Amino acid sequence: MTAYIIRRLIQTIIVVLLLSFVSYALMGLMPGDPLDIACQANPHCTPENLDQMKKALGLDQPVYVRYFKWLQGFMTGDLGYSRTYRLPITDILIPRLINTLYLSVTSLVLSIIIAIPLGVFTSLRPNTKFDYTLNMFAFAGISIPSFWLALMLIIIFAVKLQIFPASGIETIGLEGEISTFEIVWDRINHLVLPVTTLSLLTVAFWVRYTRAKMLETMRFDYIRTARAKGLPESRVIYMHGLRNALIPVVTVIALGFSSIFSGAVITETVFAYLGAGKLIFDSIFANDYNMAMCSFIITSFMVLMMNLFADLLYAYLDPRISYT
Amino acid sequence: MATNTSTAANLPPASEALKKSQPKSMLRIAISQLFEHRLAVISLVVITLFLGVAVFADVISWATGIDPDAQDIMNRYGPWTPQNWLGTDEVGRDVLIRLVYGTRISLMVAILVAISSTIIGISVGAIAGYFGGFIDSFLMRVTDSLLALPLIPVLIIMASVDHTKIPLFSLISPESISIVKMVLVLLTFSWMVQGRLVRGEVLALKEQEYILAAKTSGMSSFAIIMKELLPNIMTPVIVSVTLTVGSSILFEAALSFLGLGIQPPTPTWGNMLNNAQEIIYSAPLLAVIPGILILIIVISFNFLGDGLQDALDPKAIRR
Repeated sequence: MTAYIIRRLIQTIIVVLLLSFVSYALMGLMPGDPLDIACQANPHCTPENLDQMKKALGLDQPVYVRYFKWLQGFMTGDLGYSRTYRLPITDILIPRLINTLYLSVTSLVLSIIIAIPLGVFTSLRPNTKFDYTLNMFAFAGISIPSFWLALMLIIIFAVKLQIFPASGIETIGLEGEISTFEIVWDRINHLVLPVTTLSLLTVAFWVRYTRAKMLETMRFDYIRTARAKGLPESRVIYMHGLRNALIPVVTVIALGFSSIFSGAVITETVFAYLGAGKLIFDSIFANDYNMAMCSFIITSFMVLMMNLFADLLYAYLDPRISYT
Repeated sequence: MATNTSTAANLPPASEALKKSQPKSMLRIAISQLFEHRLAVISLVVITLFLGVAVFADVISWATGIDPDAQDIMNRYGPWTPQNWLGTDEVGRDVLIRLVYGTRISLMVAILVAISSTIIGISVGAIAGYFGGFIDSFLMRVTDSLLALPLIPVLIIMASVDHTKIPLFSLISPESISIVKMVLVLLTFSWMVQGRLVRGEVLALKEQEYILAAKTSGMSSFAIIMKELLPNIMTPVIVSVTLTVGSSILFEAALSFLGLGIQPPTPTWGNMLNNAQEIIYSAPLLAVIPGILILIIVISFNFLGDGLQDALDPKAIRR
């Protein structure tokens, strides 16, 4: 097991390194060079000045040399500064990551609470009206474009009904005027629509998955054995069926966290929720490449680690899987 | 024909018509099973309709005399009238005809991505599964690594690249360049599922006697893969092509919506929503309609995939 974990860790680190190099190279191919922009804005800047500046900053060197320089800084904890915010990267990124974490964890918990009982419930009544209706909703849930759902929620709940705020993480300008409880309530209000958007796809997917796994498990011989030896049906379902069916479901949930985390980019952008995903998106548009690079790599690293964790969890929970 | 008794317990009893009939070919069984899946049939009709609209977009434009790019600043956010059935957008273009052309672009991109990612997936999966050893572990590492990446952020990074800075791209005409870029970006991250699927199927099949027979009769590896293995794994591949079309439509729409995909004035459902996002307070309907179309077409592809899965899966065949 230890050897397996170490091998997978090394593999993940290689992937992160390759990913960071590729994205570093791609960022160089994005429109708008910050120095070019600065030079255009300054009437005294000549092309010779520009060349001199690029040379002084080492920008005339090939991409891999610049990448290793950047990597060296990154590894020693020197993430550098953001061009647009004029602040150290960590000062901006950490609060943003925490905001994204609030959003993702809330969606994850909500999805688990809704999806798994629903999936189990419907699997015990296959091919009934309830099953068909739920299946229709699940299909709609996996087919709906999340950004469009977000827009519809804004139109209905923020523009027409004005129940929930359309964007942001908190009402601006209330600092010091309201109690801690009201601040928390305000933040929760701002979470409702993004969390709904983010959870719908996950719930739809998990309901179908739980149902399928539950049906599959209930056909195994040990279920027949459990029934044959006269166990009450509830015990057969929950102790023998559900416990075995949950093994793959747990892995899918662990994977789900990483997909919620990466799917949050779109949701955060539509709702102007100040999370890490919106930060990646905004910094690319603002030509703030160091900011984009750092937030992208750190987010990706977190997602890859969660995926690795999901794999290990599966191997740990299911003794039938060997760690090779 | 051998009777297959492993019918899934939750399936409804076989219809009388099927029981009485003479032995049928696999294709006819599959078709008749597909037609029993009511939602799949409806979906097939919907998809055919959309494909028709996509193919005949020019004819529709010619017949109605409306140009998708014709602006009319005096008639912005126009109401639904007999001339402009779904009104006009922020620069007075007819919404309906732009949706028609959007259907063409969105479907074209998604189908191109699905077909080419299937070709890549089959090649990678078949090579990995058939040859095994180092090639297999290398290809599967690559596949797994790509699958583990956070898809949306990676797509955003890829799609933000300025194509004028890539030398090869200057060969493509400027109108279609954002479409080509979109297909390439989506393609890079959509072949892995098919790759894994094909590898698994090939691994299961390659130990069978008929493959051994083909080997001993001196068939080349390429011929064995193409003629013996591939025809036997088409079922899951067809299902996954259908599902890939659906997910590609979603990703294309999402990226175009973010302003990173296909660039205006070329209309796609996604970039029509991008324009509509800024004006949801004044003209919410402009944001509603393209999304409904996306939902309808994606759900149709998903239902069709589900129906095909039931129809083509030999374990689920009821005879």
